[in-house]
Amino acid sequence: MEAKTKDLWVLIETNEAGSARNVGLELLTPGRDLANKQGGRLVAVVIGCRTEPAVREASAHGADQVIVVDGPEYAHYTTDAYVNALTALVEKHGPTSMLIGATNNGRDLGPRLACRLKTGLTADCTGLDIDPESGNVAWTRPAFGGNLMATILCPDHRPQIGTVRPGVFKKGMSGAEQAEVIHEEIHTPEEKIRTRVVELIKEMGDENVDLESAEIIVSGGRGVGGPEGFAPIRELAEVLGATVGASRAAVDSGWISHAHQVGQTGKTVAPRVYIACGISGAIQHLAGMSGSDVIVAVNKDPAAPIFDAADYGVVGDLFEVLPVLTAELKKVRG
Amino acid sequence: MNILVCVKQVPDTTEIKIDPVRNTLIREGVPSIVNPFDGYALEAAARIKDKDPEVKIVVLSMGPEQAKAALRDCLAAAADKAYLISDRAFGGSDTLATSYILSNAVRRVEEMEGKFNLIFCGKQAIDGDTAQVGPELAEHLDYPQVTYALEAEVDGSCVKVKKEVEEGAEIIEANLPCVVTFTKPAWEPRYPTIRRKLDAKRAEIPTLTAVQLSDIDLTRAGLKGSPTKVKRTFVPQKKKSGVTIRESSNHASAMKLFQLLSDASVI
Repeated sequence: MEAKTKDLWVLIETNEAGSARNVGLELLTPGRDLANKQGGRLVAVVIGCRTEPAVREASAHGADQVIVVDGPEYAHYTTDAYVNALTALVEKHGPTSMLIGATNNGRDLGPRLACRLKTGLTADCTGLDIDPESGNVAWTRPAFGGNLMATILCPDHRPQIGTVRPGVFKKGMSGAEQAEVIHEEIHTPEEKIRTRVVELIKEMGDENVDLESAEIIVSGGRGVGGPEGFAPIRELAEVLGATVGASRAAVDSGWISHAHQVGQTGKTVAPRVYIACGISGAIQHLAGMSGSDVIVAVNKDPAAPIFDAADYGVVGDLFEVLPVLTAELKKVRG
Repeated sequence: MNILVCVKQVPDTTEIKIDPVRNTLIREGVPSIVNPFDGYALEAAARIKDKDPEVKIVVLSMGPEQAKAALRDCLAAAADKAYLISDRAFGGSDTLATSYILSNAVRRVEEMEGKFNLIFCGKQAIDGDTAQVGPELAEHLDYPQVTYALEAEVDGSCVKVKKEVEEGAEIIEANLPCVVTFTKPAWEPRYPTIRRKLDAKRAEIPTLTAVQLSDIDLTRAGLKGSPTKVKRTFVPQKKKSGVTIRESSNHASAMKLFQLLSDASVI
């Protein structure tokens, strides 16, 4: 289809409380830059149920316009309802480009939407810019397990769409709510929704494993030696308010659940601080965490590849290093 | 019950090295394997067949003639029949074009094997890492989709899927036919028996070219059917070397780390 405007859209994912998930707000930051370069508006698209908190957050984080689709059928994400609503919005308003967070839901929705609109989609981008020669969005993403980066263009189809990795861009400061808010009545009849969520299984206990939005992650690998080896990692994580991560080796050994896994077959994370303990740093693990702002590694093996990626590398025994660090932190933090 | 499993032959990305002079990937000598996530999809199909021996599992791949080796691995592990889609006209396809070709091939294979109730894929291939072909295939076929599946079981006329989400898992029910894409589950795929290996070696694998896929619109395939274009590829820059801390004792190293992190306001 043809674009009707030069606008750039950012999809704001909502949670059960109707608030914005972090990644949507993060994407308003590069979205502003791209929209300015495209010469269009920055539009936040909010789909959900009782979405007022998300609408206000999007407005406060710099959107020029917020388009809202609100209805009970959008309370919980389903592919069919969300694709139906977004397709109708795109056909009506005709944006030039669209950013979607590369969350599980975003990567479920993006390809289905792009295919329905018969346009191009670039997955899991870590870099965004405008190609100076053509004016198209230049989508940069890792491939081959992080061994290669590729810059992709979608020259002849609109909207050009990309899913963008959470944590790569930083959420801006919230300011005055200035966006024009447009409510669109789009309903998806029940019979058009072909999947039903029959049960929700929260990760056991009250342990937080939302790795993607964690600010600090403390991860353990083969070097922790067993399930009980995660104890010093959990203690450090607790004092830092951090989330516990793990390498594939630790998960495959059954020491910790897959929900904690960071890397190519687990989660891709980009926290402010990533502390890798007893993790050798296989390329698949690095692919999942190398976007972190600061990387700290603790490993007995000075030749471990994790040290090549680390800003601070401690050659030593995690069982002796971590408790000292935890104790010192407790002192300063009371 | 018929299950189609879509598989891709990929280079083993754990074996990929970078040419330090030309700064490009060295692909020579890198072993080709069945994309691991597709292996999980095949195992999920095999587990359904374990409960119901009437289930037929067909595997489908698109790629060069060599991709038949991956299909033979699938036959040896669990599949009953395999088809390869191969044509120069399909080269250079992005995910939209690939899924379009696959959807045509699904319809063609169904003429020979009967209608598929379930189509299983890996959530993504480890070379491209896009996770787009499964959902785009579902859209071309107008089937429901469930992505990030850990387990799937058939329950009458629907499929029950345990799906991984950020907060844990969901149990999702969908009517058949349905496309399900699999992530890494808690179990490992089965090993082939010697008997199955021998049979797989001898199995005939039909090749579907553009001629066989008579309904295909070739303007929607290959490079010209692909809306996305690769502008350039490059090797990511390695992080400049960080600080190495290796004091006389672990305690001293920990204290130094604490000091450095505090001074830099990292923690």
